[in-house]
Amino acid sequence: MHLPLRLPHYSLVGVASVPLMSHWKAVVGLEVHAQITSTSKLFSGAGTEFGAPVNTNVSLFDAAIPGTLPVLNRRCVEAGVLTALALSCRVNPVSVFDRKHYFYADLPAGYQITQHRLPLAQEGELEFHVFIPDVHHKPYIKKSCIKQLQLEQDSGKLLHDEEACRSLVDLSRAGIPLMELVFEPDLEDGEEAAALVKELILILQCLGTCSCKMEEGALRVDANVSVHREGEPLGVRSEVKNIGSIRAVAHAVKYEIDRQVRTLESGGVVVNETRAWDTDSRQTVPMRDKEEKQDYRYMPEPNLPPLRVLLNGQHAIPDIKKDCVNVDCLRRKLPELPRETREKLINQYGISAESAVILVNENNLLKHFYGIMGEKKSRDPKLSTNILIMELLTILNKNKLSLETSPFSSYSLGEVVDLLQSKKVNLVTARKLLQEIVSGNPQSPSEMVEKYGWAQITDSSEIEDVCTAVIEQNPRLVEQFCAGKTKVFNSLVGKVAKITENRANMALVVKVLRDKLSKIQNS
Amino acid sequence: MNRLLKHNTTLIKFWCLQGNARLLNSKIPPIPVVKLTDENNLPPQTKINQETIELLERLSLVDFANKRGIERLEDAIKFADLIRGIDTSGVEPMISVLEDRTLYLRDDIVTEGNCRKEVMSNAAVTEEEYFVAPQGNIPLIPRDSLLNDNKSSKQK
Repeated sequence: MHLPLRLPHYSLVGVASVPLMSHWKAVVGLEVHAQITSTSKLFSGAGTEFGAPVNTNVSLFDAAIPGTLPVLNRRCVEAGVLTALALSCRVNPVSVFDRKHYFYADLPAGYQITQHRLPLAQEGELEFHVFIPDVHHKPYIKKSCIKQLQLEQDSGKLLHDEEACRSLVDLSRAGIPLMELVFEPDLEDGEEAAALVKELILILQCLGTCSCKMEEGALRVDANVSVHREGEPLGVRSEVKNIGSIRAVAHAVKYEIDRQVRTLESGGVVVNETRAWDTDSRQTVPMRDKEEKQDYRYMPEPNLPPLRVLLNGQHAIPDIKKDCVNVDCLRRKLPELPRETREKLINQYGISAESAVILVNENNLLKHFYGIMGEKKSRDPKLSTNILIMELLTILNKNKLSLETSPFSSYSLGEVVDLLQSKKVNLVTARKLLQEIVSGNPQSPSEMVEKYGWAQITDSSEIEDVCTAVIEQNPRLVEQFCAGKTKVFNSLVGKVAKITENRANMALVVKVLRDKLSKIQNS
Repeated sequence: MNRLLKHNTTLIKFWCLQGNARLLNSKIPPIPVVKLTDENNLPPQTKINQETIELLERLSLVDFANKRGIERLEDAIKFADLIRGIDTSGVEPMISVLEDRTLYLRDDIVTEGNCRKEVMSNAAVTEEEYFVAPQGNIPLIPRDSLLNDNKSSKQK
């Protein structure tokens, strides 16, 4: 279920902005596991759809039945390479799979096949905007480096039955392909972490390599957090898991930073441990099962030869039966990335950077924008973005509707922009029109203006008449204004607005009223 | 049986001395090598202590904490140490014997799965289509002295 869309600025609760005491510095590094969108699993032919019945999407290899071998899925390699290219990583022509050993009920084989030593891609970077209105003065650009991108298997799902002291194991998720993105610890607070995850989600969704539905477990973020005093070496880090949404990333990291600072300031010691983010109590708690330091005994996977991809114009090696993945081919297929879209919006349409960020963050808004501007080039882009971001979203919010499920088209929105631009209606009427459109009124905006008589009153003689009438009908207010109470001016304006049913051109009304009142004052 | 073996060894020695190494793999040295390397070059023999035994048992879930088991482990380490005496400078480490082959890539279609009954048929305990496992990781109970000569005791 899609939650009602809210105005991006005002609903993001800026994390309680008590800044860290200046001599404390926090270091945050993220690890993101993104589930690759594919039909079958990484090393077996079982299906991957979400919510399948218990233990049905399980092949003999996933259940670690002896005598089975892994066979790599080409789509997963392509997805990994596409993502690596979009994140400016260096794709390794040869990469190797390793086994990571540990015992747990959701890992039937006792090891996970991953790429530890020679991953698919290394050394990339991700640039993103950080801006929360309550917290920052203006948006700034931050860059985080990516240490490596690797393909690995997911483990199954455990349901804990506390009373009977046992766990129930569902292996449908065992073997599902994941991309692990390891970022360098170059972030400094929770908001930067959340902004990074948001940009990453935009890119992955744009590429189509990951659905990024955190509630389905398709994207998991773990944060490594440590604090140290300025000038001193890095502190002990702790890992925070079980983060379920983008905002939770910011909250969890902020809480962990504060907790570590509090511990150190009261003379305690920060322990290298794994903690879980508890959404209800809004704090990180130690995770019980991962007590001891694990020794994973990495070893090369003996059943899989090295993975070779074609780079820099190489041709396929003749002795293999199926084609290798061609990186140059994939690079040409890269779609327009969010960063490029934002630049295009700013350069081509001249809208502000903040508006560009908001439009790109919300794909439906962007589609409407392109629809409005594409239909008539003469429409003012700044006005269009205002209508979309300021007005439309407010109205949707008020009506508790979502952008995706609403039935209107860019065509009607474009008409509203035209009417406003040509001053046929004023802003208040425009809001009324939008309300009608959102409620599903099938008439076009121009028809509604005709039918309900909402056209703007710009005729100066008409406005003069109304103003004169208001002044005559409210002698006491006029007296108060002349005596010096300038605030009553607003109530006079309000009375004009009421008589004209909010249809008058308010700028003109204000001017005419001021003129009349100053004439009375001076006489 | 012994006579057969002796006969074969004589034959092989004969062929070797004849220089007919074509008949055998080129990697077999023509003259038998008795010792791989000088024993004085090896690092000192690793001794296993209590802590290491506990750690290894926890990581591998293998019961070996008795005198016999530990001796065997130390011998295995000593055997593996022989490799340190060999000069490997300038030689690229080998990852697997398959390293000159390329990984075969499969098309992305569903070809397996939906065999729940088969997959669960080996499980001793199941509950409504779920496998059942004991909760979490049960910590191993620490024992007093593992270097005694007793038979291995049941732990799990």
